Amino acid sequence: MFYREAGDFKTSYKDDNQTFPIRLDRMGYYIVMFVAFCVVPFFVNDYWVNSVFAPFLIYAIAALGLNILTGYAGQVSLGTGGFMAVGAYAVYKLMVAFPDVSIVIHVLLAGGITAVVGVLFGLPSLRIKGFYLAVATLAAQFFLVWVFNKVPWFYNYSASGQINAPERSVFGVIVTGPNTEAWAKYMICLVFVVVLAWVARNLTRGMMGRKWMGIRDMDIAAEIIGVNPLMAKLTAFAVSSFFVGVAGALFFAVYLGAAEAGESFGIAKSFLILFMIIIGGLGSIFGSFAGAAFMVLLPVLLKNVLVGGLGWPTDLAAHLEFMVVGGLIVIFLILEPHGLAQLWRLTKEKLRLWPFPH
Amino acid sequence: MTTDMNADSYVTEDGRTIGPVVMDLKNITLRFGGVVAIKDISFDIREGEIRAIIGPNGAGKSSMLNVISGFYKPQEGEVYFRGSKRPQMKPYQVAQQGLARTFQNIALFDGMTVLDNIMTGRLNKMKANIFQQAIWKGKAEREEIENREACEKVIDFLEIQHIRKTPVGRLPYGLKKRVELARALAAEPSLLLLDEPMAGMNVEEKEDMSRFILDMNDEFGTTIALIEHDMGVVMDLSDRVVVMDYGKKIGDGTPDEVRNNQDVIDAYLGVSHD
Ligand SMILES: Nc1ncnc2c1ncn2[C@@H]1O[C@H](COP(=O)(O)OP(=O)(O)OP(=O)(O)O)[C@@H](O)[C@H]1O
Ligand SMILES: [Mg+2]
Repeated sequence: MFYREAGDFKTSYKDDNQTFPIRLDRMGYYIVMFVAFCVVPFFVNDYWVNSVFAPFLIYAIAALGLNILTGYAGQVSLGTGGFMAVGAYAVYKLMVAFPDVSIVIHVLLAGGITAVVGVLFGLPSLRIKGFYLAVATLAAQFFLVWVFNKVPWFYNYSASGQINAPERSVFGVIVTGPNTEAWAKYMICLVFVVVLAWVARNLTRGMMGRKWMGIRDMDIAAEIIGVNPLMAKLTAFAVSSFFVGVAGALFFAVYLGAAEAGESFGIAKSFLILFMIIIGGLGSIFGSFAGAAFMVLLPVLLKNVLVGGLGWPTDLAAHLEFMVVGGLIVIFLILEPHGLAQLWRLTKEKLRLWPFPH
Repeated sequence: MTTDMNADSYVTEDGRTIGPVVMDLKNITLRFGGVVAIKDISFDIREGEIRAIIGPNGAGKSSMLNVISGFYKPQEGEVYFRGSKRPQMKPYQVAQQGLARTFQNIALFDGMTVLDNIMTGRLNKMKANIFQQAIWKGKAEREEIENREACEKVIDFLEIQHIRKTPVGRLPYGLKKRVELARALAAEPSLLLLDEPMAGMNVEEKEDMSRFILDMNDEFGTTIALIEHDMGVVMDLSDRVVVMDYGKKIGDGTPDEVRNNQDVIDAYLGVSHD
């Protein structure tokens, strides 16, 4: 079977609008879904979940969120870590205050609270752009972390200044706290990722996404066509922060179990997520996943090969990781601003013409 | 045959009906610091007509269009739309009233496909809220399909079917101009403003564009105000012409009247024009 649309005729605009218009892509998607839901859960162990799957899935949500704001709506943000912290502390306060309410609802509410905070910090975007907006969001990053460290109410006056996730379950399966099993951790992250990726896809392919991209590509023209720039930018901040907040909530409650704002959600997190979307591809759902996978797998791979395989010292391997990531960022920014997603797209375009390129 | 152009409505020689005034500009003055871009200009645009604005470079034509589309706020003067004075409005609110436009320097969304660019033109017709859009069900999906159909009509009309899914950034200049027109047309505007729709085009492309403008006006009854430098095109297309020079209005009337106006000849057309 060849990889192309030919012979795969679309007879309605509904068909033409689907996410995977090419049959082979559609099959690939179903296979990935099948493996993710029906195969992986039976084989994962603690090592794989903690070093690969959980961070990958959670970062993918955060990357989706930042990509909506930066990749689709063109508003740069360096406050991702701070907004993840909002999600984490919100879910913590909710879990402690309302132990009988489902953790799923708490995570969603934490996303909602982060959305409100995101909108507040997004207000300057109406006046300032580009570099100056980046600096303003950077201020948000430091301010939020500072607040979570300074105000004991947020960490319920615990002596260590840390927040600890109490044990909660979904359908009788423990998903937070130290007794969580590997597959349960994996499944709850997977479900959130799949649903949120679907939402991101729907929003970006519809009118909302067109408004965001219009603001990104040429804000003046967008406004003259009828886009309300205030609404477009603030919805981008709201949706993006919702995603980032959910990611922060899961990162703390499911993945880490215990967190401290400065350590877990510092400026390094903001840059990590930003690197993910640059390497993966700005303005691409697939790119958010590719970037998250890349940034999670690279250190694991380097560690296993260099430290485990070749016997290098750990710090040397860590430095090499910095260099590789730094180099790649430069290369992608200069040569391929649309990242891995674009490379993938180009390969597919070539494949579509293969074997007769003319 | 003489037509009474002051009547509430009249029929042109080629059988189109020109209705009452839609847009009435009264004593507009626009300054940029010390530069006076528009000096006390008044003119109107009538329902169903093709109204041209001409004048040498820097005359203030684009500024005039920007005033109409709400992008520039004139220091003096009033804008009347459909008989009532237009309050201070943001450009997107003007768009909601049924105005659409193209730009002198193409202002398309380069990162989006042709189809998505044209679909943005329909944003005022799509009312699904963000939650409906998030799940792509019900109203959101229905609106996407209905408005896609409307866009496909525009795509057929402007003969750009083959580039539907192409990112706009990859298109040549002439096609970009056409896509920009498609985006404006997709809004089904009651008043369409075109800033130099044929600038930089070759003869063939100009002919195509003229045909589209005439057909648009004829088939959909779209009122059009356009800026154009090519005199031949202007004289062929338009019902009435405003002539500007150094921010002032120096002529206003049918192409014939304008052609024979001594001020216009001196300032713009040049004495040698026959
Ligand atoms: N945003 C602005 N700021 C300052 N001056 C402006 C601005 N826009 C226009 N002008 C000035 O106003 C005058 C009229 O400009 P405008 O663009 O309206 O001319 P035009 O008739 O469209 O010319 P062209 O045929 O070259 O497009 C010019 O002197 C221009 O420099
Ligand atoms: Mg101009």
